[in-house]
Amino acid sequence: MPGAITLERILALQAAYIRCIDSNALESWPDFFADPCLYVVTTAENRKAGFEAGIIYADTKGMLIDRIAALREANVYEKQSYRHILGLPNILKNGGDEAESETPFLVVRIMHDGQSDIFATGLYLDTYRVAGNDLKFSKRLVVCDSSRVDTLMALPL
Amino acid sequence: MNVNVPPNAIPNAAQPLEWPEGALTRIPYWIYQSPEITALEQQRLFEGPVWNFLCLEAEVPKPGDYRVTAVGSMPVVVARDFDDEIYAFENRCAHRGALIALDQGGHARDFTCVYHAWNYDLKGNLKAVAFEDGVNGKGGMDKTFCRADHGPRKLRIANFCGLVFGSLSDDVPPIEEYLGDEVAAKIKRVLHKPVTVTGRFTQMLPNNWKLYFENVKDTYHASLLHTFFTTFRINRLSQRGGLVVSPNGGSHASFSFIDKANQENDYAAMGIRSDKEDFALKDQSLLDNADEFGDGCHMQILSVFPNLVLQQIQNALAVRQVLPKGQMETALNWTTFGFADDTPEMKTRRLRQNNLAGPAGYVSMEDGAVGGFVQRGVAAAGGERAVVEMGGSGTTGQGTRATEASVRGFWKCYRGLMGI
Repeated sequence: MPGAITLERILALQAAYIRCIDSNALESWPDFFADPCLYVVTTAENRKAGFEAGIIYADTKGMLIDRIAALREANVYEKQSYRHILGLPNILKNGGDEAESETPFLVVRIMHDGQSDIFATGLYLDTYRVAGNDLKFSKRLVVCDSSRVDTLMALPL
Repeated sequence: MNVNVPPNAIPNAAQPLEWPEGALTRIPYWIYQSPEITALEQQRLFEGPVWNFLCLEAEVPKPGDYRVTAVGSMPVVVARDFDDEIYAFENRCAHRGALIALDQGGHARDFTCVYHAWNYDLKGNLKAVAFEDGVNGKGGMDKTFCRADHGPRKLRIANFCGLVFGSLSDDVPPIEEYLGDEVAAKIKRVLHKPVTVTGRFTQMLPNNWKLYFENVKDTYHASLLHTFFTTFRINRLSQRGGLVVSPNGGSHASFSFIDKANQENDYAAMGIRSDKEDFALKDQSLLDNADEFGDGCHMQILSVFPNLVLQQIQNALAVRQVLPKGQMETALNWTTFGFADDTPEMKTRRLRQNNLAGPAGYVSMEDGAVGGFVQRGVAAAGGERAVVEMGGSGTTGQGTRATEASVRGFWKCYRGLMGI
């Protein structure tokens, strides 16, 4: 089937996504998502309890665009960057034009003064959809392992 | 190199524990740094005549439900017993002091300490001691041992509008008196029907707990530090605001209304006045505010001394519990909620508007970090002091938010309890 979802395409999307954030090309970040979409940063405890609220919650591409605009134009925070390290995606379902996977991540945050800390670990729970020639996230739940969150989550995970 | 330092020329580095002159308009920075102050706060303040917020009643809805929480550094269990009453007791076994409940919450008929299996009921009464009568006639507790004389400390409970407070003091005033009429009315306004928890997380703040609690009370900083609304040209000039402070100074509510002239329009329609397309929100559903309390008040931030914040930012509702973790770190426990009768539209509206607050909050992500900026800034300034004179030197509410009255109110209450 032409345009079918393959492991290779999933790997390419995952790699491009973290490169986008870690290289501070955040203006391109919303383009990884379908519209409408669901992007939620939550914790394992909330997911287990069935709580829907997120630390970040966006259900349209417009909300993702607004988040980057706010980071660039409005919000005040110390200069920082992330380094995402991904584990291998475990493909849970692949129907050809829609697929689901689970991918472990580790994010180190590097502050402007050189301090580096493990910022978050967790799982990306993804649903993919083919949109034209591109593969997009129709849903990306970022499930952090810890119930503790750093004082600031400026950049998206 | 020979450095000649005469004896006693190096001043003693110990910080003075005397408050600088200027009464409530000066705050010495040692108050955020001293381990002695942290220890004193536990005794005189958190275990003193105050009401500590413990959890929401909705978090222990059924008999047997419990939550683990804290009063300052004291670990506490809150449980609903089978008489349907809520009880709270220190999470510390009377035997050797181990934690009685090890997880964050759940459901139990009773509690058994893992160390030596001493057993407690949901009120915190010691009910059984393993091998109390010994084994085969040997060992065991002395015949004079009375279980009723041993147990973790118990807290008095006050349930106000579903907010569960606890106190270790017999002298604390009743909760309504403690809050004062004005702050109590502002709580009732929001918590007027059964709530449903929608999320829970802990934000770790790199600063003393007081810097966060002051920030919540500081109406002066809001439009200066937080530029989200102004950047996106969301018109706030027409808003009326106000501030009430409890009689003891420690609790407050600040609030703002959309001006009557604009009340017929929804927030988004009145708000976006930008001709620069780039500075408008792409998705304005974030600003789709429903006037759910029917009074036009779209933002109310309320604090109850010493550790609760109740938040209404549009339709984003949350309680935040402020817990000190030593003098340099604070755990901020967020519980977001809605109401049991929320429509699906309202649920979605709240989920979207939760983006406004928290560690990634558009309006207030700076609040988590700014306490750390102060803590780092004053690292070598224990002998210096902050100046808190905006709006004069009083602690009563004013018809403006360009005042630090509620910050001074906090210190009035704090110093009274601490005796410093």
